[in-house]
Amino acid sequence: MTQHNGHTGQERIGVYVCHCGSNIAGTIDVEAVALWAAEHLNHHGVVVARDYKFMCSSLGQELIEKDIKELGLTRVVVAACSPHLHEQTFRIACQRAGLNPYLCELVSIREQASWVHTDKKAATEKAKALITGGVERVAWHEPLEPLRVPIHPATLVVGGGIAGIQAALEIADAGFPVYLVEREPSIGGHMAQFDKTFPTMDCAACILTPRMVSVGTHPNITLLTWSEVTDVQGYVGNFTVTIRKKARYIKEDLCTGCGICQEKCPKKVIDEVFEAGLGYRKAVYTPFPQAVPKYPVIDRENCTYFQKGTCRACEKLCPTEAIDFEQTDELLTVEVGNIILATGFDILDARRIGQYGYGRLANVFTSLEFERLSNAAGPTNGQIVLRDGVTQPQTVGIIHCAGSRDRNFNNYCSAICCMQSLKFAHLVRERTGATVYNFYIDIRTTAKAYDEFYQRVLEDGAILIRGRVAEVTDAARLPGEEGKLIIQVEDTLAGKQRRIPVDMVVLSVGLEPRHDAKEVAHRFGISCSADGWIIEKHPKLDPVATMTEGVFVAGCAQGPKDIPSTVAQGAAAAARVLARIQQKEIALEPVRASVDESRCSGCRICNGLCPFNAIIFHEDRMVTEINPALCQGCGTCVAACPAGAISGTVFSNEQVLAQIEGLLLDVARRAPATEPVPV
Amino acid sequence: MSANGKPKFAMYWAAGCGGCEIAVLNIHEKILDVDANFEVVFWPVAMDAKYQDVEAMPDGSITLTLFDGGIRNSENEMIARLLRRKSQILVAFGACACQGGIPGLANLSTPESLFAAVYDGISTDSQGVRPQAVWQVPEGELHIPEFYPTLKTLAQVVPVDYFMPGCPPEPHQIAAVVDLVIQALHGQAELPPPGSTIGAGYSTVCDECQRARSVKHIRAFERIQHLNHIDPALCLLEQGLPCNGPATRSGCGALCPLAGAPCIGCYGPAEGVLDCGARLLSAFASVVDGSTPEEIERCLDGIPDPAGQVYRFSLANSLLGGGKAAGDDEEAEQELSYEAAYHD
Repeated sequence: MTQHNGHTGQERIGVYVCHCGSNIAGTIDVEAVALWAAEHLNHHGVVVARDYKFMCSSLGQELIEKDIKELGLTRVVVAACSPHLHEQTFRIACQRAGLNPYLCELVSIREQASWVHTDKKAATEKAKALITGGVERVAWHEPLEPLRVPIHPATLVVGGGIAGIQAALEIADAGFPVYLVEREPSIGGHMAQFDKTFPTMDCAACILTPRMVSVGTHPNITLLTWSEVTDVQGYVGNFTVTIRKKARYIKEDLCTGCGICQEKCPKKVIDEVFEAGLGYRKAVYTPFPQAVPKYPVIDRENCTYFQKGTCRACEKLCPTEAIDFEQTDELLTVEVGNIILATGFDILDARRIGQYGYGRLANVFTSLEFERLSNAAGPTNGQIVLRDGVTQPQTVGIIHCAGSRDRNFNNYCSAICCMQSLKFAHLVRERTGATVYNFYIDIRTTAKAYDEFYQRVLEDGAILIRGRVAEVTDAARLPGEEGKLIIQVEDTLAGKQRRIPVDMVVLSVGLEPRHDAKEVAHRFGISCSADGWIIEKHPKLDPVATMTEGVFVAGCAQGPKDIPSTVAQGAAAAARVLARIQQKEIALEPVRASVDESRCSGCRICNGLCPFNAIIFHEDRMVTEINPALCQGCGTCVAACPAGAISGTVFSNEQVLAQIEGLLLDVARRAPATEPVPV
Repeated sequence: MSANGKPKFAMYWAAGCGGCEIAVLNIHEKILDVDANFEVVFWPVAMDAKYQDVEAMPDGSITLTLFDGGIRNSENEMIARLLRRKSQILVAFGACACQGGIPGLANLSTPESLFAAVYDGISTDSQGVRPQAVWQVPEGELHIPEFYPTLKTLAQVVPVDYFMPGCPPEPHQIAAVVDLVIQALHGQAELPPPGSTIGAGYSTVCDECQRARSVKHIRAFERIQHLNHIDPALCLLEQGLPCNGPATRSGCGALCPLAGAPCIGCYGPAEGVLDCGARLLSAFASVVDGSTPEEIERCLDGIPDPAGQVYRFSLANSLLGGGKAAGDDEEAEQELSYEAAYHD
């Protein structure tokens, strides 16, 4: 009896069952499975079935290669681990033996059988069913050739914080052009707002500003601040990016950055961004003195001339006539081969944590406010003082995990707050000598030299209290509480409730994804986790790539992290991009969807669905087309096409139905005979 | 060939409304070509005939048989097998024979609930009565055809040469097929390969629909009577009307959408589509625009009878068959009683 077997009906299939040490063999009788496959699947084209200790070892791979050559195998099924791990390994082994790599099918009997079952007999039966599905499916595989596309040597870096700066410099130093886009008037990001950096207490500006200057002067870097990416078209190696360069109202070629306009501008505005609301800036401003580029911007919303039509003080006083009220936004289009997203984070709005009183109790500060207070270039010249601007606190309470590790806000750990809070404790002790209480859930000081810093802060005399703060209140109940902020906390080490009166409370608020992270992700064709952080391709093995080829992520856009990790990711993303550029072209996985135009009626159901913007609609012919270089083979459009006009390689109807038939083979054998199958 | 040298023609009405029979007559003067080129040997609607007469014909002696309606009972199946044996070309004619059609929707219910609806409802005074295949009366044994647990398509029972969809097939398409068969008989044309769908297009109704279309974001599905205004030039689906056009084979000329009513899907799936209901459902679901599960659910709730909407004509031919009846294996064992149907 010969059953149908793919297009030709005469494929010669080899089945290889891996023990994976005891990972698979501990639960599944792999020898029996291999014997069974050889005996029972021979009508389905199986000519050889073997088991081996580690199929992924070079000896295991050689086994397959030898069979391909000697037995003339036309298809290979490897029953082992998840395709994520070793599909590539076995595809390459097939290729070495002269078989098209896409004629190999990996069946996961580890993740889908041995690891999820304890019943050995049932797991063994399930492995047989999975392998049968794989055998039926692989017969329908077709040889595929990877798509080769050239890589444009330029790179777009989005975000000018330390992650973006690092990535841009690495690539530019290697000799390739970079467009660095930053939406604020200056690069520098959050790091520019900090005073000191843990654990070494280097001055943030001292280590950051030289890099900012390098970016500003680098011949290979086109710096586009006060700019945003509005559109991304194309695919890996060949992106076309549209950037909106917002009007600065300053002629950059004439401006010398002398600062007279800022000095003379009569309009003072609370600086909610850089000074975290603690200081003022003018309507024409650079966020901070070391800003790169040096050109200010005019804030249209607050400029007296733009709002009332009079003033023009800056224009009158500018020595180089660089003010230009007529400037308009510019749209620039650039071609790049790769994109690095380093869009950073927002901090959680502390007003949301009602019980901590921020916004209601004057002397409750956020971590970012404290950074500005302690910064020598900040609004208080580095004086740690209460909201009145003069009084030094006698006691300070620092609350860790504000809004982090909390199901009411964010479940995750914001990673930096422990060290940041310890840094604050150190600064308070050093600058004011005040008594400092740190309230923590756990202390997480895991990176290099972090725990040593913790020990040092303890030696400084900071008092650490383990317990989640219940409330910050100004309602005095006990003597000594009047006029103070009282921190109500369960001291879980002492095992009792405590009320600790302090003058100042600092909330180490958690990090959150940028408020517009989802829109940005959609614009770049990538996805965010439920929390809103950009999802990396693999959390361990591919942490700076995304599921979209040619789009990389670095820094806090991917998740909360400290400066060393951020810099490492910036450099890592740059290294990945440089490797691509050096190759000059890239081979794309040929798992793609395509449209049979003769069957497409232009109903446009699929048009809005592609997460990678690979679908193009031709109005003139009323047909849809899929750009193969952009398509990532996800199958969304294939499933949605009501006319069946879109098919996906490796997931054709024939392949999927054959696999289902294989999986259910045993069921079909057991079931009573039913009516003839429809023709 | 018959005595007069003309090829023989037959048509049979199984489980269906009979509209297909009328549609054949609706080809107007073309019907004269049928008469001129064929000898009608069996067509219960148009002329008197006995099953024995057909039985007596040599196998393969009927050149062309149009079979409309699905297979609902043993008589339907018996005639299907008989005509298959006697015919050179057997055409599943119309939506019911091809896909099960409206009667196929009964596959969502058990036979007992169907009987209960028919015999226990307010329209009859025969409460509790059920049809019996065999019934003893003083005069002897009475037989009526056995009611099957599910309705089947013609091709689920016998091999079919061609499928001609539509509820009913459009007259101009029938006329074109008649022309083609006549030309083929005269050696002037070639018939398409067996198993093909004839008298219809290759893609979907949208191909023939002139309404303007854009990227779809559907926030609510509405029933047509609930809309105050229907834009005469815009895609009906984009106006929130569940239109089956995107998944339905072309060939009708998009009559319904162009008249302002959504396509109901009578021409069945497009070429190569296995299950047009599943396709349609996933297409509708793909273009629903809602940001929360509740919004999406509210939108989809706008389709009051999803199975009836997407599988209106194709349930019996869907991948899952739509069979709710738990009697499939009994049915396989049950010998088809030719006698039972015959002596009725």
